[in-house]
Amino acid sequence: MTDAAFSQGLPMPRIRPGRIVAWTLLLIGGVIMVTPLLFMLSTSLKDASQVYDLRVIPEAPTLDNYIEILGDGRFTRWFLNSAIVAAIVTLSNVFFDSLVGYTLAKFRFRGRYIVFIAILSTLMIPTEMLVLPWYLMASQFGWLDSYWGIMFPGMMTAFGTFLMKQFFESVPDDFLEAARIDGLNEFTIWWKIAMPLVTPALSALAIFTFLGNWTAFFWPLIVTTSADLYTLPVGLSSFAVEQSIQWEKIMTGASIATLPTLIVFLLLQRYIVRGVMLAGLKG
Amino acid sequence: MSVVVHREVAPGGLWPRMSLGRKQVIWAWGFLAVPLVFYAVIRFWPTFQAFYLSVTDWTITKPASFVGLENYKRLLSDSLFWQVFRNTFLYLLLGTPISLLISFMVAYYLDRVRFMHSFLRALYFLPFLTTAAAMAWVWRWFYQPVPIGVINDILAGFGIPQQPFLRSTSQALPAVLAPAVWAGLGFQIIIFLAGLRAIPVTYYEAARIDGLSEGAILRKITIPLLKPTLVFLVVFSSIGFLRIFDQVYNINTNDPGGPLNSTKPLVLMIYQTAFSSYEMGYAAAQTVVLFLILLVISLAQLRLMRDR
Repeated sequence: MTDAAFSQGLPMPRIRPGRIVAWTLLLIGGVIMVTPLLFMLSTSLKDASQVYDLRVIPEAPTLDNYIEILGDGRFTRWFLNSAIVAAIVTLSNVFFDSLVGYTLAKFRFRGRYIVFIAILSTLMIPTEMLVLPWYLMASQFGWLDSYWGIMFPGMMTAFGTFLMKQFFESVPDDFLEAARIDGLNEFTIWWKIAMPLVTPALSALAIFTFLGNWTAFFWPLIVTTSADLYTLPVGLSSFAVEQSIQWEKIMTGASIATLPTLIVFLLLQRYIVRGVMLAGLKG
Repeated sequence: MSVVVHREVAPGGLWPRMSLGRKQVIWAWGFLAVPLVFYAVIRFWPTFQAFYLSVTDWTITKPASFVGLENYKRLLSDSLFWQVFRNTFLYLLLGTPISLLISFMVAYYLDRVRFMHSFLRALYFLPFLTTAAAMAWVWRWFYQPVPIGVINDILAGFGIPQQPFLRSTSQALPAVLAPAVWAGLGFQIIIFLAGLRAIPVTYYEAARIDGLSEGAILRKITIPLLKPTLVFLVVFSSIGFLRIFDQVYNINTNDPGGPLNSTKPLVLMIYQTAFSSYEMGYAAAQTVVLFLILLVISLAQLRLMRDR
């Protein structure tokens, strides 16, 4: 199995001991990479008396920490908040970034270039610089401590628009022209003809946007003040402060925040890796 | 693309009599209408406002009044700012080369491995999907003294004396940097792998026929052809390290940025100035400085890309 796999499609077909050493070192490095995650999980399955026993496989694994933490209701609330916020922002980006990207890639009209440069130029402005005006805006319009307050800065992004424009440019004009002759209106052409042709890019954009919003900390920390509206990272942070040194509880909270993305990755590894490559190369 | 102009003969109404080209212009602006309002209100207006706020003495309690360059003068004479400036660049100057070196080495060998390739890749990629705020707590726990701290426990096993890590002004910054490097490696490895795969196999074959050694192939073919990937990753990770916040804030919640401000980056200083001291004008000036630093780095990138 090993030999056959090694000799297939490899630039250099020869098997040398160096190859086996490299493989072993890669495995050791990879295990070191996931060690923090393993310790986090294993400690979340220990009770307070076992925490000082640093073995990775718990002697008497228990779900008590999860039952206690999920039972108190706050984590379920934060989990839901994060899921709602990340889902809505992702849908908005998939819709608007691709609509704008498509318009800039496929329509010819005066002002197109200026619009493109204007949107692209917002990439130069770091979020941190906009946070104070956003905070001012949110407090004036009463958006502090609301879902909309957490979501509004990210509803569209220049990165996503640029990414989608790149992909729509590779869609042949003939397809769109044919649909136009069939009498479809421009919105239907975009939605029904062009969008299905760029699904790899759409999934890349969706993955990046969802992950970015699921893990976001800085802006949700600023804009939310009541615990009911915390997102999972902000809630976890406040929870961990209040637990102080009960590490098994903190690790359980960290696991609840981390496990969903890890499980989704393990299920969709191929698409996610391809998506990251696409976004990295074109973006 | 050329727009085919063919007129439809239709009775009455403005829309049916319009040329296809004219209709397309209307559709285009219709598609752009909502996004343009968004960009104007949520991106451009706040950008100008940030510059304006940086020359005012706005605090939460009193309305903003113009103070000229007072905030910038204060910043330049603030010893905390220079400490923070130094920390921020330490994150960048340690984090970027270390993470790129490790991720390149892993990607270089991972690219040649077929056996269990996607399993190995997954091990390196998983940390990228974690929440930085959550992982900071895991690492915080690792750095604790014995008997609870994992790293000190391992060190003790080898008979190495206990290290203070987060409690020491000299060790705390690298200790905070480690989880940031760790979490970013997976992304960089994937991008390097994509870059390596984009190099045509024929180049390698030709080099091998010419009898070049592996080292020479790496130096003369792989690295030069990876330059665009490398530039992208240098800029991407530099910007990431310059904006480090989540890890620093969570790894030491009793005294964020401590001990003695030795781990405090610029974004944390901005956060504390704005939302602990409520000196919004002063914080705005700090955000403008962050913007200028990022601008210089982006321009350097454009320069490097052009020299390609």
